[in-house]
Amino acid sequence: MKNWLAQHARALTFTLRRLLAAPLSGVLNIMVIGTALSLPAGMVVLLQNIQSLGGQLAGAPQISAFLSMDAGRDDIARVGRLLKQHEAVGKIEFVSREQALEQLKQNTGLTDVISGLTQNPLPDAYIIYPKKADPQTLESLRDELQKWQEIEHVQLDSAWARKLEAFLKLGHLTTLILATLLGLALVAVTFNTIRLQILTRRDEIEVSKLIGATDAFIRRPFLYAGMLYGLLGGVAAWLIILASLFLVNSSLEELAHLYASSFVLRPPSAGDSFFLLVFSGCLGWLGAWLSVAQHLRRIAPC
Amino acid sequence: MIRFNQVCKRYPGGYEALKNITFEIAEGEMAFLTGHSGAGKSTLLHLVAAIERPNSGSVVVKGQNVATLKDGALPYLRRNLGLIFQDHKLLFDRSAFDNVMLPLQICGFDYRESAKRARAALDKVGLLQREKANPIALSGGEQQRLCIARAIVNRPSILLADEPTGNLDMGYAGEIMSIFKSFHQVGVTLLIATHDENILGRFEARTLMLRHGELQP
Repeated sequence: MKNWLAQHARALTFTLRRLLAAPLSGVLNIMVIGTALSLPAGMVVLLQNIQSLGGQLAGAPQISAFLSMDAGRDDIARVGRLLKQHEAVGKIEFVSREQALEQLKQNTGLTDVISGLTQNPLPDAYIIYPKKADPQTLESLRDELQKWQEIEHVQLDSAWARKLEAFLKLGHLTTLILATLLGLALVAVTFNTIRLQILTRRDEIEVSKLIGATDAFIRRPFLYAGMLYGLLGGVAAWLIILASLFLVNSSLEELAHLYASSFVLRPPSAGDSFFLLVFSGCLGWLGAWLSVAQHLRRIAPC
Repeated sequence: MIRFNQVCKRYPGGYEALKNITFEIAEGEMAFLTGHSGAGKSTLLHLVAAIERPNSGSVVVKGQNVATLKDGALPYLRRNLGLIFQDHKLLFDRSAFDNVMLPLQICGFDYRESAKRARAALDKVGLLQREKANPIALSGGEQQRLCIARAIVNRPSILLADEPTGNLDMGYAGEIMSIFKSFHQVGVTLLIATHDENILGRFEARTLMLRHGELQP
């Protein structure tokens, strides 16, 4: 066991030394892999941010429940109480008909028209912020409120929530396709890199076979090299994403400030970063394995 | 130690390199293998190390039939053999010392023990002073001695040498032969393929003579 570990440690240091001996080609390889990986990984980060944005956007899903015109003070209070107790409701806000009229005047600039009205045509309303923003919850809540006596009309703008969901679905699908393609590219890049390494190490492989090296011994440094390329490519991708987020955030902050929001893109979580590294390492290893399986057999003797 | 029994080796295309070869080399014996070039000397050595496989017959090395040995078992067979090549097959991307270290690393010895053994082997062939040199900077005779050091560092019980004095002048050839002789004295089995008349004449040893793939009586 100790011997086995020592052999692996030696193969790894040997691979590292070989990588350091030709740093330029190694770095270029890692850059290629890193760039390829940073695209799908960056998209995942972006989508996660958009998803979390769904809840905190200024236009977050809200349900407007307009009370009937003849609802009295007691009715209004009772509806408010019932809404507060409802498990799907997060926060409510009461907008009286006077407030609504005032807002309409200010926002639309229809002051003249409105002051010409003999009576206030607007009803009292509750604005309801649900706890969950998915379309199913919103719609069932709307249907339920619609049945309440005091409520004349319930308006839910679920269209945008559906749009966001569809957009995210599309985004995830695109990311999946991109990740698959670029994952294959990563395998191809390591395959070719390892192929070249095998060809330049032909003599060494041949001699090693002649003096009693097992296939596993010969394969090991190449597999480590592939895994290392993948892993370092993953690190490069991670750094590219972080650098991009930093750049984007500095200008996004300005934009968000104008919208009176404090939205910034968050970097990938530790778990996601770890997954990225494991994923890229495995793909690199796979590329190397395919290459080794393909090319080692052709080197004489046997 | 090495036993050939009715061994035939035919190459694709029908060329028969070895025809019905039968002989035995005892443990600790030193034997020469001679014959004109193309007589099948190298092929015979290749069969011992399972670099090539016979078409028929059995090649038994240390009690194992090499002809039918599984590929996975070959490395362990070869660790018991010291192979010395005419073209040396040294690696020019590392020092002489690292060349000698290679077999030990393959066997998985720990570094300190390996380094000690490698230096002992280099000392044995008189190259201890050149351990840091790249093999390309060594003379032909030194390269051949380095190849010998790599072959013996594992302390194999059998040494196979293919034209070890091939392109060397008499002085170097004599040096190398005396190294071989010292191994013979400590009980290593040696099979040396050569067509160098000077060597054959100077050493007392059994000589196997090949002609057109057949063993001459």
